Amino acid sequence: MCLGIPGQVTAILDEESAMAEVEISGVRRAVNVLCVAETGHPLSSLLGTWVLVHVGFAMSRIEEDEARETLRLLAEIGELDSELATMRASAQAPARDHE
Amino acid sequence: MRFVDEFRDPELADRLFSEIARVAERIGRTRTRPVTVMEVCGGHTHTIFRYALESRMPENVEFAHGPGCPVCVLPMGRIDDAIAIARRPEVIFTTFGDAMRVPGAQGTLLQARAAGADVRMVYSPLDALALARANPERQVVFFALGFETTAPSTALTVLRAAAEGIGNFSIMCQHITIIPTLRALLSQDDFRVDGFIGPGHVSMVIGTRPYDFIASEFHRPLVVAGFEPLDILQSLLMVLRQVDACTARIENQYARVVYADGNPAAMAAIDRVYETRPACEWRGLGTIAGSGLSLRPAWRAFDAEQRFAVIPHHVADPGACRCGDVLTGRIRPTQCPAFGTSCTPDCPSGALMVSSEGACAAYYQYQGQKGAA
Ligand code: SF4
Repeated sequence: MCLGIPGQVTAILDEESAMAEVEISGVRRAVNVLCVAETGHPLSSLLGTWVLVHVGFAMSRIEEDEARETLRLLAEIGELDSELATMRASAQAPARDHE
Repeated sequence: MRFVDEFRDPELADRLFSEIARVAERIGRTRTRPVTVMEVCGGHTHTIFRYALESRMPENVEFAHGPGCPVCVLPMGRIDDAIAIARRPEVIFTTFGDAMRVPGAQGTLLQARAAGADVRMVYSPLDALALARANPERQVVFFALGFETTAPSTALTVLRAAAEGIGNFSIMCQHITIIPTLRALLSQDDFRVDGFIGPGHVSMVIGTRPYDFIASEFHRPLVVAGFEPLDILQSLLMVLRQVDACTARIENQYARVVYADGNPAAMAAIDRVYETRPACEWRGLGTIAGSGLSLRPAWRAFDAEQRFAVIPHHVADPGACRCGDVLTGRIRPTQCPAFGTSCTPDCPSGALMVSSEGACAAYYQYQGQKGAA
């Protein structure tokens, strides 16, 4: 819950509710991006950006290198699999595997 | 040295370890008491154990594992309140996985589920809201846990529910804030911590300024740190250098994610939806003024405790548990009489044994590896 998990913004789903699709280690899910949106810019300016996702909300933008390093670390401490499993299992989660 | 090979940059790790040893040695010449550094955040606790950092510390440097794991400070009475709501037949009770195994006086949410309550694990409050949309005939309650890292998520979810007019969604608000708690700890006469490794992701939201009082009023250094083992070593070194120089400043080692002003959109969401609770109970620490959040009157319709007329009750921490002494750095987990006997990860009596971010669970899981490092 407290560790963020890095993902890349792949699509904008709904401008009004600030929802975007973020790919997190091969899993795509709907994530709220309001806290990382730039005021005065459409959400599409976030496409391709790496963000740190906490419980379904992007809370910070990060550099790609930092994102990859964090993913490596999360995998090493065993948090990556459990987060992804939770994300997949989450009741009614709008998540799907990226084929 | 089994573990050092796992560092991203073993050479840098080695350099940091030697520099820590050098500064610690210098500090040791002027004082006999060890230097105690508290890592506030449970994520840091986990990394410290996973990489056996403690076992490579100089003799006069100790970590104290602080209260920054929201699951670890969940009081028993709140779990009982949650179970009371979850038992109602019309309710789907949703929670983050970690909270399901925290024992209250009436057992755990997991046990309540086994006994027939509809308790579901969710990854995000948004998933709880989606459940409410999909099940209009049921009442969906989200157990809102966490510090400022997750408080904005719940706030934005409540705003979304209001915007969509979703009437069968509510939250049981157990969001807590770290600043009043740090102040309470620092105000205790026998609090022996010399400096802090500050939480990375809480600070990402609140920024670094709220910590200023720790330096200006209590003359302790604090360094906001990232989650990599190298981040923690570097932050520890920054704290030790300040202790050595007798300075007290707030520094930011995690500047790649944390800004002085935090995240303004997240802070605005917190401010719009919550107000400060006059008093909030923490497991092991007792009641701390102003350390909790509750929904502002404008959003009370989404307050599960009001909706289901729950009367909050207080349950004293079990007698043998020394969770409070562990959380404040007074004892190590292994010094608690319950450790490994009546309290184990499979059958925890204290919440610090539940989450992998809890000091007792981390000790239990990794202590066997310590000697090998
Ligand atoms: S061993 Fe159990 S009871 Fe003792 S301090 Fe740790 S969590 Fe609390």
